[in-house]
Amino acid sequence: MTLDDILASLDKRFKDSIQKIEKTSPKKAFVDMDAAKITQFVIHIFKDLGLRPNTISAVDTFGGFELLYHFSYDRSGVTLSLRALLKDRTEPTIDTITGITRSAWWIEREIHELFGINFRDNKDLRTLLLPDDWPKGVYPLRKDFIPPKRDSRGHTHKPGAA
Amino acid sequence: MSHKATIPIGPYHPLQEEPEFYKLVVEGERVVDVDVRIGYNHRGIEKISEGKSFDQAIFAVERICGICSGSHPIACVQAIEEIAKVEIPERALFIRSIIQELERLHSHMLWLGLAGHFLGYNTIFMWGWKYREPICDIMETVTGNRQNYGIMKVGGVRRDIEKEHVPYILSRLDEFTKQLDMLKGAILDDPVLHARLKGVGILTKEKAIDYAALGPTARASGVDIDARRDYPYAAYPRVKWNVITQKEGDVFAKTVVRILEMYESVNIIRQCLDKMPQGPIDAKVKDVPPGEGIGQIEAPRGECFHYIKSDGTNSPMRHKIRAPTFMNFATFRETVIGETVSDATIILAAIDPCYCCTERMVVVNSKDRELYKGPDLIKLSQEKTRLIKEKMQRL
Amino acid sequence: MGLKEKILARSIYVFHVSSGSCNNCDIEILDCLTPRFDLERFGVVLVGSVKHADAMLCTGSVNRLTVPRIKKLYEQMPKPGFVIAWGACGSSRGLFKDSYNTGAPLDEIIPVDAYIPGCPPKPEAVIGALVKLKEKILNKKAVK
Repeated sequence: MTLDDILASLDKRFKDSIQKIEKTSPKKAFVDMDAAKITQFVIHIFKDLGLRPNTISAVDTFGGFELLYHFSYDRSGVTLSLRALLKDRTEPTIDTITGITRSAWWIEREIHELFGINFRDNKDLRTLLLPDDWPKGVYPLRKDFIPPKRDSRGHTHKPGAA
Repeated sequence: MSHKATIPIGPYHPLQEEPEFYKLVVEGERVVDVDVRIGYNHRGIEKISEGKSFDQAIFAVERICGICSGSHPIACVQAIEEIAKVEIPERALFIRSIIQELERLHSHMLWLGLAGHFLGYNTIFMWGWKYREPICDIMETVTGNRQNYGIMKVGGVRRDIEKEHVPYILSRLDEFTKQLDMLKGAILDDPVLHARLKGVGILTKEKAIDYAALGPTARASGVDIDARRDYPYAAYPRVKWNVITQKEGDVFAKTVVRILEMYESVNIIRQCLDKMPQGPIDAKVKDVPPGEGIGQIEAPRGECFHYIKSDGTNSPMRHKIRAPTFMNFATFRETVIGETVSDATIILAAIDPCYCCTERMVVVNSKDRELYKGPDLIKLSQEKTRLIKEKMQRL
Repeated sequence: MGLKEKILARSIYVFHVSSGSCNNCDIEILDCLTPRFDLERFGVVLVGSVKHADAMLCTGSVNRLTVPRIKKLYEQMPKPGFVIAWGACGSSRGLFKDSYNTGAPLDEIIPVDAYIPGCPPKPEAVIGALVKLKEKILNKKAVK
C-alpha cells in the first residue's frame, strides 16, 4: 500500500471532510480535515488500513490550535499526518481517540497539560509532567505563555506566569 | 478476602537511575494495578528549542537523553533537512550510521548490565558496564566526548572519522565482540535465567500493535518494525543487515533481541567503515524556508519522532519530540498486571525505560500501608533468582 | 580534625539524586563505580538510602517538582554531610536556565560543597573532585 493508495482510500470515504491534501515528499503527506470527524478518520486509518499511530503534535498557530495526528505505515515507509484545526482559543475541544487505540493515552494527557486542549470523553487527563503547584489555566507551550519573572540573577521563584 | 495494599516506589529509589514515582497496587503477591507519575525530569525542551536557532536546537535535543544523545540529533537534523531540502554528502551518511550503531551497542550493553543487577546477577552488571568501555573509548576518539557527541549538523556531520582511527576502531570492536560472545553464552545458556525470564511479562502481538509499541519491545512480540529499514536514512540502505524479531513477547525474548541486535550493529559498523567513500562531510545550508519536516529514526529503544515546523525565521516555530519510551511505557501497565511483585522490577526494566526522553509521573500517600520499603524490591527480585538457583542445584 | 572527619574521609558513602538531568551524568556515576574506573577502591560506595550517605551526588537542572524533595533529602542526610553538584546542570542549570520548569540552581536550594564541571564530567574529573572533597573534609574549616 503506497501513499497514493492510502490517500485515495481516504478521499473515497471522506470526500466532504477533507479540505486539502498536501504531499511534501513521495512518502509523506499532510491532510487537512474536519476536526469533528477525527474519530471516524482514526478508526478508518488504524483499524481498516492498519497504520501505526505515531504521535499527536499540537501547534499553536494564528488561526487556532492545529492538532497533527501522525500515522505511519511501516511496510512502505509512509507517514501520513491528519491536520485538525481547532479555532476556539478559549476552550479548544476535540473527541478523544483513546477508545480506538490505547497508544493515545499519555499523548492526550500531555497535550491537555501543555496546551490546554480538552479531549471529550477522555477520563484520564491528570497531571503528567508539570509540578503540583503549577497554576491552573497556564499552559507553557502556548505562544501567549508569559514566562515567569526573573530576579536580577535570573532566578524564578514561582511557577507559571508571574 | 481480598486486601489491597499500595506499594509506593520512588521518586528517589535505588531501583531507578532517574526519579519517577510508581504506585503498585498489590493483592497478596499479585500486582493488580500500577500508576506512574513522572515529571521529575521535565525540563521543557520543546519550549527551549523554540527559542534557539536551528543550529543550537540540535545541541538542545542532544541533552534530552544521555543514552540517546546520538539519536535525537539525527532525527532533528533529518526533520530540518526535509524542510530545507538538502542533499547530504555520502561520507556524512556513513558517519551518521556509525555513530548511531556505536550508540546502540553501548545502550544495549548498559541495559544488559542493569537487567543483570535487578535479577541479582551483579557479575553481569559489572561485566556489562566494563565491556561497554571500548565503545565509549571509540566515541571519545571519534567525537571527542564519551557522551553528548555533538557531531550532528544540518547538512552533514561536524567531525570526520580520520584514516588513522579506522584500525583502532576495528581492533576495539574485535575486543568488544569477543567479550560479547562470552556474555551471550553466559546469559542465554544459563538455566536460572531461563527459569526466571521465560513467560514473564508477556506482551502479545495484538497488544503491542494497540499500544503502538516500538523498537526491541515490539520486535520481541513479533511486530516486524525497524525505522532503519522502513524509513531508510543515513547509510542503512547501503549495507546488509537483518532485523531481529522474536515471537514470545516475554522478558527473555526482549533480552535475546537486544543481544542479537548488538551483533548486527557490529556488522553494520564494519561494513560502513569498509564502504565509506572519500569526500566532503557537510553540505552548506543557507537558510530554512517555511515548511514542515518529520524525522524518524531508530534509536536504541525504538523509533524516535521529531516534527519541526518552520515559519521562515531562523528558529523552529514548533518542535515536537516523541521519544520511544513514551509509547513503550504504557505497555508496562499491560504486562505487569497479574504478575508477582518480585517480577515487577525486571518487567519494567525490560522495556528499557528512559524518563529523560519521556520527560514526564504521585506524591507518596502516607495513608497507604507500606508493605515493602524502597530497596526491598530489588532484594525481592534477587531473592527469587537465588531460590531458583538453589532449586536447580538440588535437582 | 576530629575523629569523625578522619573516619569519614576514608570511606565516603554516596547517594545519587537526579533532578531533571539528561541521564548522562547518572550513567557516568555508575561508570565511575564499575570496574574500569572503580571508585570503590577509594572507599566510595553507592548506597540505596540517603540516611546511610555521607555525600549527595546531585545531577540535573533541579526542576520545580524535585525542589521540595531535594530539600527533604538534604535534611534526612546525617551530618556532617556533603553535597556535590555534578555536571553543568547541577552547578548552574546549564542549558536549561531559560526553561519554565527550572527555578533556581542547586546551590540556592541547599549548600553545595563541591562542583564538578563538564557535560557530562569525565570519570577522571570525578575522581579528582572526590580527592578534593576528601581534603576539604580533613580541613576542619570546611566541615559544617
